[in-house]
Amino acid sequence: MTDGIDIVRDHARSALRASVSAAGRAKAWIAVSVLVVLVALLVALTTSQRPQAVTVFTLAGGTEAWQLPPMQVPTLAAGWVMTVLFAASAAWTCVRVLRHRPVGRLPLAAVIASGVVAFLVAAGAGQTIPVVGLLSGTLLLSVPLVFGGLSGLLAEKSGVINIAIEGQLLAGAFSAAVATSLTGNVFVGLAAAAAAGVLTGVILASFSIDYLVNQIVVGVVINVLISGVTTFVYNQVLVPDGAVWNTPERLPDLSIPVLSDIPVIGPVLFDQSLIVYAMYLAVAVIAVALTRTSWGLRVRAVGEHPLAADTMGINVTRVRWRNVLLSGLLAGFGGAFFTIGSVGAFTQDMTAGQGYIALAALIFGRWKPLGVLSAALLFAFANSIQQTLSTLGLTAVPQQLLLTIPYVVTVIAVCGFAGKVTPPAAVGDSYGKGI
Amino acid sequence: MTTRTTAGRLGRWADALLRAFTDRSVVVTVLAVVLAMALGTVLMVLTDADAMASLAYVFGRPGDFFAAAGQTIGSAYAAMFTGAVVDPTAPDAAGFFRPLTETLAWATPLAIAGLGLSISFRAGLFNVGAQGQIIMAAVASSMVGFMLHLPPGIHLVLTLLAGVAAGAIWGGIVGLLKAKTGAHEVILTIMFNQIAYLVLAYLLTLPAFQRPGTNAPMSPALDASASLGPLFGAGTRTTAGIVVAIGMTVLVWWTFQRSTIGFQLAAVGSNPFAARTAGMRPAVVWTMGMALSGAVIGLAGSIHLAGDEHFLKLGIAGSIGSDAIMVALLGRSHPVGVLVGALFFGALRAGGVNMQAYTGLSIDIVLVIQALIVLFLCAPALITKIFGLRRSERRAITPLQKVELSR
Repeated sequence: MTDGIDIVRDHARSALRASVSAAGRAKAWIAVSVLVVLVALLVALTTSQRPQAVTVFTLAGGTEAWQLPPMQVPTLAAGWVMTVLFAASAAWTCVRVLRHRPVGRLPLAAVIASGVVAFLVAAGAGQTIPVVGLLSGTLLLSVPLVFGGLSGLLAEKSGVINIAIEGQLLAGAFSAAVATSLTGNVFVGLAAAAAAGVLTGVILASFSIDYLVNQIVVGVVINVLISGVTTFVYNQVLVPDGAVWNTPERLPDLSIPVLSDIPVIGPVLFDQSLIVYAMYLAVAVIAVALTRTSWGLRVRAVGEHPLAADTMGINVTRVRWRNVLLSGLLAGFGGAFFTIGSVGAFTQDMTAGQGYIALAALIFGRWKPLGVLSAALLFAFANSIQQTLSTLGLTAVPQQLLLTIPYVVTVIAVCGFAGKVTPPAAVGDSYGKGI
Repeated sequence: MTTRTTAGRLGRWADALLRAFTDRSVVVTVLAVVLAMALGTVLMVLTDADAMASLAYVFGRPGDFFAAAGQTIGSAYAAMFTGAVVDPTAPDAAGFFRPLTETLAWATPLAIAGLGLSISFRAGLFNVGAQGQIIMAAVASSMVGFMLHLPPGIHLVLTLLAGVAAGAIWGGIVGLLKAKTGAHEVILTIMFNQIAYLVLAYLLTLPAFQRPGTNAPMSPALDASASLGPLFGAGTRTTAGIVVAIGMTVLVWWTFQRSTIGFQLAAVGSNPFAARTAGMRPAVVWTMGMALSGAVIGLAGSIHLAGDEHFLKLGIAGSIGSDAIMVALLGRSHPVGVLVGALFFGALRAGGVNMQAYTGLSIDIVLVIQALIVLFLCAPALITKIFGLRRSERRAITPLQKVELSR
């Protein structure tokens, strides 16, 4: 998470620092006006609440040993305090950055936290907001994004764009549901999901690496192909005979002793299914392996400058093939979350664009494993807030507009409005003569 | 030379003939279609309950399996043919040719959107944003179509123009952002697709867009004065849109071959640095290319709305966005190729609808076949390898060889 704050800080710092150069003045104006608009929105939202309104935050998850009592806060007072805190910390950060002074992690965490809390307090007036539900929802919603983002990361670090994340997630979701239904074993389901991902990786790798087809073209076509195949088989086989093919068991929740008894954190982080723990592991392993092992060095060399890597004796084709297969494996495995990791049965096109949000998380996370994790958590948090508010029947902000957050911030990020976002240099380029 | 036998000469002739054919992309295209359909057929058989049941004892009584599989395949392709080309069982001429009108109806938006995409492809921009541009065009067109009430003629023209403008803006923003900030257009258009869909979903929750008397997210129908009517009589779905599609084919061909902007698009597309040296401004050309591309794709969205759907709904764009990308790839961004590709995909779609109605096979097999065709066409080397064709002998002459030859 500290890396996440770092990334947000980098974005903020470079956005504001850009203002000192003449070229970046427009960007700085945009950054400042976005903050002003946010403050104005919070003020408007807060003032529109009734004076006696109270917002309740429940902090108990249900299974942990030590439970915290619910917190009751007066909406207006707390809303104003938090809004002022947000405005002040944001202004202070702006000034620090403009003067080229360093900004610590604490002030930035304060900006984000005060903004979010101010919003929740005001939007949840007269309601009960389940904090544990909100946070564990965030973690769950982030699972496919993290796996998809890491999948994209592995492929792109070696120089192959993976637009097919969406299709790979879908293939994983489908295979996990079918394999688990047929065998009754969730581990077979997980393995099948990973295998399906690898299979799509084979298509991507052979066409884009061996036959030198444009990587984006192959990715786009794979997405259509997998959507077609899964929907066809779903309609032909899974719908008519659902009892046999589409009634998978779900991954059980494994609560870790002691750790899961910690209030708030316990039920959120340590009372989850296997796939969530696998996600922690995947992020950690990839973060270390990419920067600390010779494998990681080779991968990065191939993604930045394949000719140089080739000259030094690295087999570019082999490195790319391996990474694209690994990339497929991760996305396929993560796709299992949609079926056996959450709702169970497969439905057509159930990934619903999550693969593209994963791509957004990869870019917003600046092609770094921990960056991908934090971006995925951020996007998932926006989604979780939207879901929580809509279950409470609150429509202070239209849910569709909250859902655009990942896409809008990604557009802002790739356009350099918030610092420089640099992909691996050779991403998208074919290398060698092919077959 | 005189010792050469007739047989040897014939052999050489046959060889040369074969080589001439293998050199042509026609053969590769046909083989790609054949291979894709073969794989699609395998999938049909694998998911067919009767065929699979008889596969269990295929070595005991192979006849059962082949009969069951043949029955599935035969009825599926027969239904596809009678749904897409002509229907021999129809009592009258109108019914006989009705499938053709279905094909034309499906092909119309695909052709126009595919042409729009070919404009951006020509400028070296991989526009994945057709879906979003169609959605925004449909939103703008529907606003003019059911909110304003204008005289016939003008109303239709304004409805279509609103879509063209919306598509041009939605595409042009991407071009502008790429030109100004260097952001990658693929990422931008993917994000803009998702944003467009959410904007549509949001608009459909507003009272202004809500059809009275229902809670479903759908808008009121367009006025009759803003709609395109059937071209071949009641009961058929082909509209004047197909005429527009053919006109656009000619216009885009003319733009590519004869106009200044067409030349600039191609120059910037093949080498932006060289184009800049030659005095063109890649930033302007990119922005213009994306705006033009979005405008034509927007026209496809408007025609789809005014001629087919007649009201705004969440699934207004259907799969036109991704289908159009495949059509543009299939036609190799050549206007006539795009038109032919759209007709082919339209025929597959029309046939698929008929197949689903009569045999119960899900229409999604069409998507599978379409995707496979495009995938194989992108890798001609794979096709020649699978079918054991001899590789084309004609090699590109490298500059070095050119020097050698000129001596």
